[in-house]
Amino acid sequence: MTPPASTPLPVTDFLKIPEGGEPYLEGQKCKACGAVFLGARGVCSKCGARGQIEAVRLSDRGTLYVYSIVHRSFPGVAVPYVSAVVDLEGGGTVKGNLIGIAPDPAKIRMGMPVRVVFRDALGRKDKEGNSYLSYFFEPA
Amino acid sequence: MESRNDGREALVVGVSMTAFARHEDRAVEELGEEAARAALADAGIDAADVEVAFCGHVFQGITAGQRALSRAGIAGAPVINVENACASGSTAFHQAVAAVRGGSAKIALALGLEKMGRGAIPADPGDVRLSARAGVPLMPGMFAEVFRAHSRRYGTTLEQIAMVSVKNRSHAVANPRAHFRAPITVEDVLRARPVADPLTVLMCCPTSSGAAAAVVVSADVARQRCKPIAVAASVLCSDRPGPGDDPLYMIVDINTRAAARAYQQAGIGPDDLDVIELHDCFAIAEVIHYENLGLCPRGEGGKFAAAGASRIGGKVAVSTSGGLLSKGHPLGATGVAQVVEVVEQLRGESGARQVANARVGLTHCQGFGGAAAVHVLTV
Repeated sequence: MTPPASTPLPVTDFLKIPEGGEPYLEGQKCKACGAVFLGARGVCSKCGARGQIEAVRLSDRGTLYVYSIVHRSFPGVAVPYVSAVVDLEGGGTVKGNLIGIAPDPAKIRMGMPVRVVFRDALGRKDKEGNSYLSYFFEPA
Repeated sequence: MESRNDGREALVVGVSMTAFARHEDRAVEELGEEAARAALADAGIDAADVEVAFCGHVFQGITAGQRALSRAGIAGAPVINVENACASGSTAFHQAVAAVRGGSAKIALALGLEKMGRGAIPADPGDVRLSARAGVPLMPGMFAEVFRAHSRRYGTTLEQIAMVSVKNRSHAVANPRAHFRAPITVEDVLRARPVADPLTVLMCCPTSSGAAAAVVVSADVARQRCKPIAVAASVLCSDRPGPGDDPLYMIVDINTRAAARAYQQAGIGPDDLDVIELHDCFAIAEVIHYENLGLCPRGEGGKFAAAGASRIGGKVAVSTSGGLLSKGHPLGATGVAQVVEVVEQLRGESGARQVANARVGLTHCQGFGGAAAVHVLTV
């Protein structure tokens, strides 16, 4: 069995952890039309241009587009939690959990400014004992 | 360009489905056998004459179609198991139609079946990468965000989508095969237990068990049968990579494309439809599908529902069976059960929920991940 990695692994492919640097979210930007996507691709999903996609560092600032307070989830997942979709400054729409705010529709405002923060993935580990670094949103 | 496949026509001559319910004491093979036998009996076709069968299911294991159909007397003929998420049953029906249109079979059977447990549909709850981004694979949270996105853009209200739940339940009251049949009010829907705020449990379809079957035949076989229903369009579309995590994209793009192709293939438009079964997995989904199917302008689905335009007796009757919301949603069975409902409506056999003079019907089913199927059926 492979021993666990000494440092946390990224929870998703578009979360980058540079050696000795701060973690960030990576987008894929089309040089032809300017659209920003998550996840590697060879063809622009908006304009169809080929060979025009470049990796870009996404902003850690954005605004809350929409959200849901989830009351029922899979066994072992603590509820309620706030699932959110955030529009990042300069492009990129990202889905993740909003933390640091009460799960109460009266407290959460669509359009509110948020920042991207990086935390351990709720203490969860995989079968090999690896821990993971995840991203979350916090009110800015 | 759409064509009717060199003029070879496919017709539905037999349909049946089990009740949709928990069915805790019945094996999925038994449910599949019941639906298949009854559909063949409805068609007046012997099981031994079925040339090919397609079975849609998601979580029923290896060769579930063979296990069910061998019990129904279809032994030896090719059985092809089909998985396309919630559109698995529609895909099986699409394949049966394609076999007849293409001339490789004169008698084909489409079967859909599923036995489900309670609670959320399993994505892969053991996967730390998914569960740490909790909410990502969970359907109710996704559709709660879809609602808020539609509401932000177009002003759709919770009361409007609650009216969809109420309408579909009012249809299910007259459908003995529906999972939930007790009448409900808008108040009941709004005050029900929250699943993913602002969606309550009555705005989400239940997990159910059941099976449905349809017999598809060529024109020469159909001539000897009662009341054949023609398949005027059979369209299956796949997802294109989308722009990140926009909640509306995944429910608008693929379905709008599938509907446009189906109208072109059938040579009809939305105003020609009398009855529709669509993929109302959540109440907000039905509202957006009104727009995707062109029943109303983009953004006006909420108003369309609130005006009563989609109930039996309205502009076009939608989800006359009770829909996924009240009839239930056994994943693989759903797409074929939609065909069962529309065929019975077009034959005039729907009893208390019959749509007057129904001549043109449509079924629409979406499997997230993603596939969308649209069929147009005519007398």
